[in-house]
Amino acid sequence: MLTDAVTTPGEQRIAQAFAQAPGRAALMPYLMGGFPDPATSLRIAQAYVDGGADLIELGMPFSDPIADGPVIQAAAGRALAAGTGVEDVFAIARAISPQVPVVLMTYANLVLARGADRFAADAAAAGASGLIVPDVPLEEAPALQAACAAAGIALVPLVAPTTTDERLARIGALAQGFLYTVSVTGTTGERAALSDEFAQIVGRAGGATSAPVALGFGIATPEQASAAADAGADGVIIGSRLVREAADAADPVAAVEELVRSFAGALR
Amino acid sequence: MSAKVTVQHRFGAYGGQYVPETLMPALLELEAAWIDAWADTEFRARLDALLRDYAGRPTALYLAERMSEIAGRPIWLKREDLLHTGAHKLNNALGQGLLAVRMGKRRIIAETGAGQHGVGTATACALLGLECVVYMGAEDMRRQLPNVQRMELLGAEVRAVEAGTRTLKEATSEAIRDWVTNVETTHYIIGSAIGPAPYPSIVRDLQRVIGDEAREQILAATGRLPARVVACVGGGSNAIGTFAAFVDDPGVRLLGVEAAGEGLDSGRHGAPLTVGGRPGVLHGALIALLQTDEGQVIEAHSVSAGLDYPGAGPEHAHLRDSGRATYTAVTDLDALRAVRDVARLEGIIPALETAHALHVVLREADTSDMDLVCLSGRGDKDLAEVMRRLPEC
Ligand SMILES: Cc1ncc(COP(=O)(O)O)c(C=O)c1O
Repeated sequence: MLTDAVTTPGEQRIAQAFAQAPGRAALMPYLMGGFPDPATSLRIAQAYVDGGADLIELGMPFSDPIADGPVIQAAAGRALAAGTGVEDVFAIARAISPQVPVVLMTYANLVLARGADRFAADAAAAGASGLIVPDVPLEEAPALQAACAAAGIALVPLVAPTTTDERLARIGALAQGFLYTVSVTGTTGERAALSDEFAQIVGRAGGATSAPVALGFGIATPEQASAAADAGADGVIIGSRLVREAADAADPVAAVEELVRSFAGALR
Repeated sequence: MSAKVTVQHRFGAYGGQYVPETLMPALLELEAAWIDAWADTEFRARLDALLRDYAGRPTALYLAERMSEIAGRPIWLKREDLLHTGAHKLNNALGQGLLAVRMGKRRIIAETGAGQHGVGTATACALLGLECVVYMGAEDMRRQLPNVQRMELLGAEVRAVEAGTRTLKEATSEAIRDWVTNVETTHYIIGSAIGPAPYPSIVRDLQRVIGDEAREQILAATGRLPARVVACVGGGSNAIGTFAAFVDDPGVRLLGVEAAGEGLDSGRHGAPLTVGGRPGVLHGALIALLQTDEGQVIEAHSVSAGLDYPGAGPEHAHLRDSGRATYTAVTDLDALRAVRDVARLEGIIPALETAHALHVVLREADTSDMDLVCLSGRGDKDLAEVMRRLPEC
């Protein structure tokens, strides 16, 4: 699945993490930067590393996250209320990226506010290897693609079950780092049962790209993570389930480490 | 009306399609369906018949003589308050409802602030036999209660949104999330000239009937065009629908009126076009937007739920930058006073949204020698809020 088209340092580092992941699929836990506050979220990121994360998806909170369900929305709101700014999230990237590759996830307006070129350069300087912007589809991507290429980081595109074959081919051809494959038609959030749908979307995504396919949205149990790997996913992204644990547990840092460990175990 | 179909993705630098990939195929499908429908004489005839026989078009153009006397120039009111359901919103809801039927989508969602778009959509859905879910901020449900009751009586489900300031911005975000989840079965009837392409073009073209009628009516009544066309701007649909017919008339000034809330200096307002600043992305488009330096969206504030929104549709920002239209803002208290003034001068109780535009033509000095104002809606929905706040005025 690894490609000859690797061009930037960011892409190279991500490719290596997928290739060297000890499990059947790379484990990429998501955290909301600054949730519940910047200091605790840095400890949560470290707990992800200690629990066996191969890469980390680091969310930068935005006031109006239209691709997110209630758990991540609430976490973004709390992170912002705790005073989290763009630099606080870059600081987490700076601290964690020497250990595992960090892929930033945020919304278009935060990128545009700083200017795409400066945002990508600052992200790279903070050690980020890639950038995910869920409200920048193919149609709006060119400027951001150029900015990421100049900064040496990967712009990771998303595909969804509603993506047509024709679009899938175009997006897959442009994918850098990995192809973020949305497992469900919907926003982020835990789903009770969805493993049945994995095979189809993973198969379609894999057929359309030479980049690794990482499956995300809705994966909430080690069994589901294992099913994703069985279906052929090269990576598994765990979001809302971990954010919920960080919100509810008495000792969030210990609790998320335990949970990440159980996901890592399921992928072995 | 010509059958020329224009779906613009960009208005100058503004607009675009900043949405999750999940929605992109639906937007492409919508655009194709719209171009096809708008060029189809049968579709147009069906819509025109509904607008005439069901909704009551054309609406009157009325010379408000007592207002004119105070202003010192003739003021003509385009009476969208007389349209069925009491506001211009129905023009858009009927058109998009018919479009949904044509696309085979039987579930409709909408967001609403003042509740007029929610009522318009619930009405269109009742008429066309469609399922209807309306997202509305909990604060707006409180201040526009009669419209909540109307929607429910019409068979719609009103879902309260508790996030943020519990107003229009959050209701719109929640509607978009519903659409992301149910896009295969659902059409989202967006209520203003906002959102990703093709929505700003669709809503403008469906609201353009206001301006086309008004232009013909004022020419017939006076033999000339007005010096100034004035409309309130929330997301900007009644304004763009009115402006569209006059945009190619160089002698006609276009003035959009936003909500100054507690005052532009207070920071508590809904006037992104008036205050200027860097454009930003909200709800799928690059628009004039109230935001922090880092790009977090700032909550708007207005006594009128329909103007309580931190952005305005992309075409307005372009009209502003190109100099073709200008924008100004009116405070809560001036809008409340205008509701009372117009009620007592003309026997017309306007919506709080509209009252922002009415304040400008009634009270602010200008060189104009004839104004045309879009009276976008009636104020029954606002009675409780107006009576509560009027003692301050
Ligand atoms: C009567 C009336 N006028 C104006 C508006 C503002 O919307 P727009 O700017 O889209 O016309 C609303 C919105 O709810 C309304 O109900």
